[in-house]
Amino acid sequence: MTAEVWTFIFIGITFSVYLGIGIWSRVRETSGFYVAGRGVPAIANGAATAADWMSAASFISLAGIVSAKGADGCVYLMGWTGGYVLLALLLAPYLRKFGKFTVPDFVGERFASNPARIVAALCAIAVSLTYVAGQMRGVGIVFSRYLGVEVWMGVVVGMVIVGFFALVGGMKGITWTQVVQFFVLIVAFLIPAIFLSNTLTGNPIPQIGLVTGDVTSELNAISQEMGFDKFTSSFNSMSGWSMLNVFAVTLALMIGTAGLPHVIVRFYTTPTVRAARYSAFWALLFISLLYTTVPAVAIFSRTNLIQHFNEQPLDKIREKPWVQKWEKTKLLKFVDKNGDGKIQMASGNAFVMSGKTPTDEPNPDSKNEVFINNDMIVLSTPEAGGLPNAIIALVAVGGLAAALSTAAGLLLVISSSIAHDLYIKFFEPHASEAKKVFIGRLMVVVAILVAGYFGIDPPGFVAEVVAFAFGLAAASFFPVLLLGIFSKRVNHYGVICGMLTGIVFTGGYIACEKFLGVDFKSSLGNFYIASEGIGTIGCALNFIVTIVVSRLTPAPSAKIVELVESIRRPDEIGT
Amino acid sequence: MSSQTNKTRAEKYWRANVRLIGILLAIWAIVAYCLSILFVEPLNNFQLFDLPLGFWIANQGSMYVFVILILVYAVVMDRIDKKLKDESQT
Repeated sequence: MTAEVWTFIFIGITFSVYLGIGIWSRVRETSGFYVAGRGVPAIANGAATAADWMSAASFISLAGIVSAKGADGCVYLMGWTGGYVLLALLLAPYLRKFGKFTVPDFVGERFASNPARIVAALCAIAVSLTYVAGQMRGVGIVFSRYLGVEVWMGVVVGMVIVGFFALVGGMKGITWTQVVQFFVLIVAFLIPAIFLSNTLTGNPIPQIGLVTGDVTSELNAISQEMGFDKFTSSFNSMSGWSMLNVFAVTLALMIGTAGLPHVIVRFYTTPTVRAARYSAFWALLFISLLYTTVPAVAIFSRTNLIQHFNEQPLDKIREKPWVQKWEKTKLLKFVDKNGDGKIQMASGNAFVMSGKTPTDEPNPDSKNEVFINNDMIVLSTPEAGGLPNAIIALVAVGGLAAALSTAAGLLLVISSSIAHDLYIKFFEPHASEAKKVFIGRLMVVVAILVAGYFGIDPPGFVAEVVAFAFGLAAASFFPVLLLGIFSKRVNHYGVICGMLTGIVFTGGYIACEKFLGVDFKSSLGNFYIASEGIGTIGCALNFIVTIVVSRLTPAPSAKIVELVESIRRPDEIGT
Repeated sequence: MSSQTNKTRAEKYWRANVRLIGILLAIWAIVAYCLSILFVEPLNNFQLFDLPLGFWIANQGSMYVFVILILVYAVVMDRIDKKLKDESQT
């Protein structure tokens, strides 16, 4: 059977399961709709969090990015896992103890301030919307590449599926679907990795094969021959990052991870504070299954591709069916610059680049003769490794599961921010349960339509806004939540000033660099920090402003001090 | 149980919690920022089989440590919770 037929079969099976779970877990109350009735066991919530967290980018792009940046790719690996330590120790247990439904709920009540609640709700919407657009795009791309339909059709199918289980089952439906999606995506990611590891190192476990085999030293040697830095050297020319920058980006991604509303809200669904702590452990354990495999996949597939292409005759390369298929998508491009009939790989871009896409014009400044898009690495690995068609199809279904599960979680945050934090709170605080759930569902529909529109017709900046989402979360939510729990002195004046400072500074820096073309790199020299890492500074400014302004203004009321104490107090102690 | 002793108990509990968090976050910072970034180059002079040690810590080891840190926090907090429960029953 061809890969297309397998893909149809797998998509049919998995989507029926997702729909079945949606019907089985239909809900009628707000607590079921927003926090799954707080009845999700720790291990299931861990799996759901992992699926929620690992997006199309983690599944499809991450190994490719690490493969392109070498050792400096560790900023993404550490940044997107280390944040869970902050979340588990500093935020999750207390927010669970606080109860309620959303992150703006906490901000609004802890600081007894409606403006603070509104700012928080708007931040949650902005962060989640930028994020969800990329997921919908991911769904569309997987569909178009594997089934040959148009991207927009893929996006529409994705919208219908996510819409169905989010509408019917709310958070409960989303959670149990995500548990299944986690297993689909992790199996789809691990099987090709295990196969590659076994072929290249003789050990089927990639994490062990990477250490005991000799692939990495081989890759280091070839890389140096081709004019690259060693793959394993830090602060290398492949990323072009300084030590300071690696530091800042890692920290910004960690803090941003801990501040993302769609991740935080998952810990509201556990039955107890204790379960919230354990579910953070399960979540990171499950995430690490994929993340520790990523460097192995990056190194193995880079080596594999070099063996396929470097110094090989171009005619022979183009005879391979998978090469023809990827060339058609323009994610893989060859040009024989020196006319020797063979392909040479070297540092630099093979083509003159327009943003992140290559033009057809060869770049005369580099000897490199092949362009490989990062997104191609994971998706082409099974084909390049000659794996059976069923496995190729499995990877497609895994990519879909990763994108759909993240999209669903984000849509619920958008819906709850608009319906619960803004509309119900300010316009209809006394609405009946049925009305509240109805408005929540209505907002899911609105959010899906907006996300779908962005997915079909993405504004040019979508690729850049991921940095925005993390920077914003790091510079706004994290300091506010942390100080709200660990300080009794911080008040709403401080927090509003702090959040605004953090957002304006971080947003301004990213906007100046990405959209207005300000060249911070040359003006700041050794102190330059890339947009991805500027959230670190924004977060520090937020902390300073919040603390200073709070000191200069009256202390919070006794009622709020009592609220903070109750969040810190375990259930075992009465008042 | 008088509310005064409950208050001292809650404060004691919170101090123990903050101290535990401090210790675990110190390890977190050392592994992520000192070993994986600041001193990664000197560490790369040592080999862990096929991989330079610094590279292995930054790309693999650090993540194992993160998982363990969260587990340790959950387990130790369980103990602190249990101790508190026993105390309040006596």
